[in-house]
Amino acid sequence: MATLNSKIPEGDISQKWTNYKAHQRLVNPANKRKLDVIVVGTGLAGASASASLAEMGFNVKAFCYQDSPRRAHSIAAQGGINAAKNYQNDGDSVYRLFYDTIKGGDYRAREANVHRLAEVSNSIIDQCVAQGVPFAREYGGLLDNRSFGGAQVSRTFYARGQTGQQLLLGAYSALMRQVNKKKVTLFTRHEMLNLVMVDGKARGIIARDMVTGKLTRHFAHAVVIASGGYGNAFFLSTNAMGSNGSAAWQIYKKGAYFANPAYVQIHPTCIPVHGSFQSKLTLMSESLRNDGRIWVPRKKEDAEAIRAGKLKPTQLAEEDRDYYLERRYPAFGNLVPRDVASRAAKERCDAGYGVGSGLAVYLDFADAINRLGKDVVEARYGNLFQMYEKIVDDNPYETPMMIYPAIHYTMGGIWVDYELMTTIPGLYAIGEANFSDHGANRLGASALMQGLADGYFVLPYTIQNYLSDEILTPRMTTKEKEFEEAENEITGKIDKLMNINGKMSVDSFHKKFGLQLWDFVGMARNKEGLEKALASFKELKESFWKDIKIPGKKDELNPELEKAGRVADFIEIGELMAKDALMREESCGGHFREEHQTEEGEAKRNDKDFMFVGAWEYKGEGQEPALHKEVLEYENIQVAQRNYKK
Amino acid sequence: MDLTLKIWRQENAKAKGKFETYKVKDISPDSSFLEMLDVLNQQLIEDNVAVPVCFDHDCREGICGMCGLYINGRPHGPDTAVTTCQLHMRKFNDGDTIVIEPWRAKPFPIIKDLVVDRSAFDKIIEAGGYVSVNTGGIPDANAIPIPKKDADISMDAAACIGCGACVASCKNASAMLFVAAKVSQFAHLPQGKVEAKDRVKNMIAKMDELGFGNCTNTGACEAECPKEISLTHIAKLNREFFAAKIL
Amino acid sequence: MSNIFSFSVGKKLIMSLMGLFLIAFLVVHLGINLTLIFCDTTDNFNIAANFMGTNIVVKVMEITLFGGFFLHIIYGLILSIQNMIARPVNYKVANNSQTSFFSKYMFHTAVIIGIFLVLHLFDFYIKAKFLHGAESVIINGEEMHDLGALVIERFQILWVDIVYIVALLGLAFHLHHGFQSAFQTIGLNHPVYTPIVKGLGLAYTILVPLGFILIPVIIYIQHS
Repeated sequence: MATLNSKIPEGDISQKWTNYKAHQRLVNPANKRKLDVIVVGTGLAGASASASLAEMGFNVKAFCYQDSPRRAHSIAAQGGINAAKNYQNDGDSVYRLFYDTIKGGDYRAREANVHRLAEVSNSIIDQCVAQGVPFAREYGGLLDNRSFGGAQVSRTFYARGQTGQQLLLGAYSALMRQVNKKKVTLFTRHEMLNLVMVDGKARGIIARDMVTGKLTRHFAHAVVIASGGYGNAFFLSTNAMGSNGSAAWQIYKKGAYFANPAYVQIHPTCIPVHGSFQSKLTLMSESLRNDGRIWVPRKKEDAEAIRAGKLKPTQLAEEDRDYYLERRYPAFGNLVPRDVASRAAKERCDAGYGVGSGLAVYLDFADAINRLGKDVVEARYGNLFQMYEKIVDDNPYETPMMIYPAIHYTMGGIWVDYELMTTIPGLYAIGEANFSDHGANRLGASALMQGLADGYFVLPYTIQNYLSDEILTPRMTTKEKEFEEAENEITGKIDKLMNINGKMSVDSFHKKFGLQLWDFVGMARNKEGLEKALASFKELKESFWKDIKIPGKKDELNPELEKAGRVADFIEIGELMAKDALMREESCGGHFREEHQTEEGEAKRNDKDFMFVGAWEYKGEGQEPALHKEVLEYENIQVAQRNYKK
Repeated sequence: MDLTLKIWRQENAKAKGKFETYKVKDISPDSSFLEMLDVLNQQLIEDNVAVPVCFDHDCREGICGMCGLYINGRPHGPDTAVTTCQLHMRKFNDGDTIVIEPWRAKPFPIIKDLVVDRSAFDKIIEAGGYVSVNTGGIPDANAIPIPKKDADISMDAAACIGCGACVASCKNASAMLFVAAKVSQFAHLPQGKVEAKDRVKNMIAKMDELGFGNCTNTGACEAECPKEISLTHIAKLNREFFAAKIL
Repeated sequence: MSNIFSFSVGKKLIMSLMGLFLIAFLVVHLGINLTLIFCDTTDNFNIAANFMGTNIVVKVMEITLFGGFFLHIIYGLILSIQNMIARPVNYKVANNSQTSFFSKYMFHTAVIIGIFLVLHLFDFYIKAKFLHGAESVIINGEEMHDLGALVIERFQILWVDIVYIVALLGLAFHLHHGFQSAFQTIGLNHPVYTPIVKGLGLAYTILVPLGFILIPVIIYIQHS
């Protein structure tokens, strides 16, 4: 079995990044002008990387499927971004952020990467403030912080409930500044459909102009994938409708390893599903758990009465309510990590205590309103309450909100080494697209931190270590046979899709597949279910290529064709998720195997056999993928069972 | 609920468009407007009547700014402070006829059906909607205290999602609210003051060049803005402009 | 960089400053006109009109006034044409957003006022000044046009009064939006003062045109 070289620098953990930067190779300014970099995706990671690389002097080609880089789904992140500033004087430090992230990730993340993340977290806040991001402030004019799940300090910076939006617009404006300077060429409404490799190195991409349907070839000395996660495989998720795993999946098929696909995050505070026509789930910031208390009725008959509409939650006496998170986890209470909170909600609902349709629990602000006053609650969460009211038509100031977990984020992704390079030379993956720094579970407000860390402060350094060898590589014309072949591959795939001529719409197929994925590879998994899923996915895949119907033409704006290509990939991603989940005979973070739990129903890890990153190598159509293990070594943290009780 | 839809269909940018009438049945009042259109498209595909209706959308939670339909004479429809994706069918009545049109403005050419090209907004931002700082070498975030009041006003302006409803609703197809939101966001922060003069001039010049109309302080933009951005930001833009040109 | 008037916002500045100047002028104009109904003779009116026609400072102001009208109209036209071009294809369902109603009809009311202005200038200003349309009168030893008599004569004709009233209603509608809009355009928008400005604007919009309208009404009633 091939061993993965994660290229972790030597030295003490706190010195690794400093040492790396001190000794890496750089590209001089005159040579930077001769080098091109393609960045696929313009979310936090992609936009910040594109802007930073262009500022340094590289020529960047940035791609996004939306009509503008500003629409990338990072924009929907609400709660905040972590940094180890210790502005609140509550004992925070780089080490503590590092520790919390490793622990929150259930000891399945790479120490060196996470420490680097914690180190650069502070620079991100400085950078964003300088860009004019209007973070929340105290009356004294200094930055305000809030606390978030999985931490005992207040280290989360925020801009109302729109932190992701503000950070993305900051990165977007930096990107547009470089577009103005002609250092970035922007390709909007373009979707990457294939990777071009020349002599084993990434050299370009094939993209489809979504307006004309034309396939276009693009050369670069290095390619960066920043296309986000694959959570939309489930159909119902908090991802944007267009979010997809296709760029990541194409590079997987070209030889980049896919790591930990089973690690998906279920976010505990989403608005519950209310009908079969529903197209997506809406998340409400985890910050709500700062002041909101989660509960279900203590008695089953009360729960039944509420579901039947005979009883109102506000009529239930205090002693008839079960604040189950506070009961089970006294130390962290409502602020336990996301995976723990989600599973606890599922446990109560499965046991028959759910409200609403039965798949919902209450998030109650009555205490907070009594304690702080309605004004303060409104100032903190007003926009979230308003959003909830618009969707559900219920006033959360008067009656408790209903919430239920939903697929939100994928910790798994393309395997990368310390330099964020995939197993293909010259091909990088950043942000949610890589398997990243979150291990088996991501803490709240850490996705923004990681995306921007990768884009602003990590990749712009590490990519030079590779590009310094490329200064003599001339630009290609894209008429080379490798480009030709990569394009033909896609033309063939599109023609095949257009010619299926079945009866089923892509959406209805995706719904069917997504439901199975949720049932068998969702919040709780077991061997039997996963095997069943694998068999079923095989059938679904065959059915997809027989039964799908794509109206319209291929050389025009055709959302059905776009969706079909993405769903074809989602089925295969789902298959790999199930395989990974089946392989991992333990419960850790977002991956919960029912066979592996403590008597109290908590996740039970198996560190002896599974303290590794599972990276899958594509072996060809119809072949079993090969598993490669990157063993995780913890030198700076005492590995322990996660405990949020004390 | 059962509805009659009159939808603008246009095959591509050059084609001549026209309204087509469709009927949808059994729509849940709890579904969003776009989910209602999903149902229509599903029906069009299954019944093989026509190619599905193209419309822009992405996050479906009211923040990306990609969706935008002109519904019964109002951008984003009859509800206030929402995007089209957050407009719910309970705002309509059973049996209603709903007319759905694309944003109409010269700088927003139609790409297909209800999809328009809003890259003009990107061009305006490109002209100056940023603080010119490179990555790295930045002083500590708390080095410059900013009064909470200023930060809050800046955030009010920064909430703009760039959906274009302001242009769509304006009788003059003016982009002043969009431009003002960005200018005002930076004008209220010390970081933005350094290049405030160039920013406001460049952004307004670009807005004019792209062919947007002129603001007549009618207030339709403010009324339709899903993020409720106030006309006070336009006044701020005006002040910034005069400060740049006259003072 | 190009000059301020090449920017849309620069053109609008001119529109609003000239608008505010015209608003101030109307108050003076109304003050003079009101002497016709509040004084027993037309002497005060004639003295004031004569002063306005001969005083050197006022002469300069007069040029400014005509310049103001001219710029207000020219820039108004340019901006309006640009606005029409900005939306080449109209909506099927006209916009029904919550807006300031009169602001939608600024161009229409401007046309009404414009037509009236031509008639009005011809009737009084040009006739008196160049066509010897007014008799002479000697007040306090000074010979001057008896404009007061001319006004009273004209206002006894019903259709003149009707045209006058319609035009002033147009003016009222124009000012209803224009008054507060001018403040917004020059950047004066404040949470405390803007409501006051809007209140003042409304008062002005009602009182000033009403004042103007009262004059022909009273004259007509008195003489019929």
